[in-house]
Amino acid sequence: MIAMNPKNHQWRQIKNVFISSIFFISAILVVAPLGLVFYYLLKNGASSINWAFFTKLPTPVGVTGGGMANAILGTIQLLCLASALGVPLGILGGVYLAEYGSSRGNSLLRFVADVLNGVPSIIWGVVVYGLAVLPFKGFSAYAGGLALGLMMIPLIMRTTEEVILLVPNGYREAALALGIPRRKMIIRIVMKTASKGIVTGILLALARVAGETAPLLFTAFGNRFWNHDLTQPIAALPLQIFTYAISPYEDWHRQAWAGALVLLMGIFVVNISVRVLTRNRTRPGL
Amino acid sequence: MNGVLSEVPVSPVERRRISLAPPSAGQDKAFETLTLIASLAVVGLLFLVGWELISESNLSIKKFGFHFLTSSTWDPVAEQYGALPFIYGTFMSSLIALIIAVPLSIGTAIYLTELAPRWIRQPLVSLIEMLAAIPSVILGLWGIFVLIPWLRVYPFAFLKETLGWTPVFSGPIYGTSMLAGGIIVAIMIMPIITSVSREILRAVPDLQREAAYALGATRWEVTRLSVLSYARKGLFGAVILGLGRALGETMAITMVIGNTPQIAKSLFAPGYTLASVIANEFTEATTDLYVSALVEIGLVLLGTTILANLFAQLLLRTVGGTTPARTAQ
Repeated sequence: MIAMNPKNHQWRQIKNVFISSIFFISAILVVAPLGLVFYYLLKNGASSINWAFFTKLPTPVGVTGGGMANAILGTIQLLCLASALGVPLGILGGVYLAEYGSSRGNSLLRFVADVLNGVPSIIWGVVVYGLAVLPFKGFSAYAGGLALGLMMIPLIMRTTEEVILLVPNGYREAALALGIPRRKMIIRIVMKTASKGIVTGILLALARVAGETAPLLFTAFGNRFWNHDLTQPIAALPLQIFTYAISPYEDWHRQAWAGALVLLMGIFVVNISVRVLTRNRTRPGL
Repeated sequence: MNGVLSEVPVSPVERRRISLAPPSAGQDKAFETLTLIASLAVVGLLFLVGWELISESNLSIKKFGFHFLTSSTWDPVAEQYGALPFIYGTFMSSLIALIIAVPLSIGTAIYLTELAPRWIRQPLVSLIEMLAAIPSVILGLWGIFVLIPWLRVYPFAFLKETLGWTPVFSGPIYGTSMLAGGIIVAIMIMPIITSVSREILRAVPDLQREAAYALGATRWEVTRLSVLSYARKGLFGAVILGLGRALGETMAITMVIGNTPQIAKSLFAPGYTLASVIANEFTEATTDLYVSALVEIGLVLLGTTILANLFAQLLLRTVGGTTPARTAQ
């Protein structure tokens, strides 16, 4: 290396401090948008959140006092539909990847799952449009739930697999040594041990798809009233936010901010609780 | 004895014909088959996506052929469709996003793994994961009402004053523009590039760092010499992963890019991306050809995104040390 020339040493130290501070600034810049988004959400949205927001339906333009009750309920309904599809397939698929199969075959499956996770969400909307909207000649809650559910499958599959692989082999061997059938060993021992992780994986997937708008644009489509029939269009919180945000009406903008605040709060609550619940797991050093 | 031990799940699993098969072998096999079917769902899904898009866009492919990718005319009335403005828009906005996001993200990752004091690391990582969790539509909302007015008054005006003579910054400032689109996509992809880069940097063995320290290197020199050169391939993979995410970004960019199908030299001019045109016009597509053209745009989008993701996954997998499951978030 360079000789221990004091002058050169000083210059290297200066460079070190200078570059370190640049990296520190870049870290600040990366995190700053979070603070800014949060600040403006609170500033513009908090005042519009009242009881009416949670209980009233949207009102015609110009009539104040409407709410997003149908959108909030709609999102919950869509998440339930999506989970019905995504959770069983995702968990079972994750179990297969962790417990069965060959190493080459499983690598391929993991690869495919990761590629699917990178598919833009709007493409899922287009696919489900062809699958569930065109044949039945109408937008529906089922279509929206299908789109979100399909997105959840590779997500949950990977997180479930990761968590199951963390269960020590000793548990499996002990169970088998006692003569427990393999499937019971997996379900009763392995999955039970990993259950916390599996649940957090599901919650994270739910939080992720709860904020998705693009796949719902032409599947669930949105609805200004309550949905009484799952084969009909249904409102969803992110859809409503989008519609209101791009509209020219001031009152709707206000409501969009409020809706965004509610949605983000919901997502953050899930993410933070997941973080708190998994805190006791031993992590390798940072 | 043999019957039980051979079922222990260590890979690769050997299947031996055992005469001492456990009495529950049939039900065990059933469960295994059930999980196998579930995991094959992903393969089925991939084919389903491809097949749906190809079959729905068939009409448009037959009518326009390769010309679709090179024509700039997007005229629903005359039923002439060309995807070039959108390809340009997606490409340009992703490029701007990468130019902004990559230095900042990798810098942050370096800060987090090499330079930051220990007590600051976990909170910062949590903050970045929170940023990743913000839905696109909420960022778009913020983009319309906070970012764009601010951009119009300060940075854009400044750029116009200083660099307005260049074609890149010419023309009137509307606010909604290609540049605003690039900025907001940058905000969306920074968390993922940062987390993946961080994993890559963490995977660099400490031995490399210690060797450089032993030679008297300063902290930055250690990073530059032993960490960054070692991690180059993985960092490149992280960048491509971010690119894949940027290509598919829909809601936030639709709300700030201006949605005008044109190819303009100026970054202040509005543009249109592949994902945005689908989002905006799909429900208003009146004819079969219109829908088919939009689906074909989806096919182009899918193709480019899958290529980027494939490339990124290959790069990241050959580096090792990353758990690919996390890179998908």
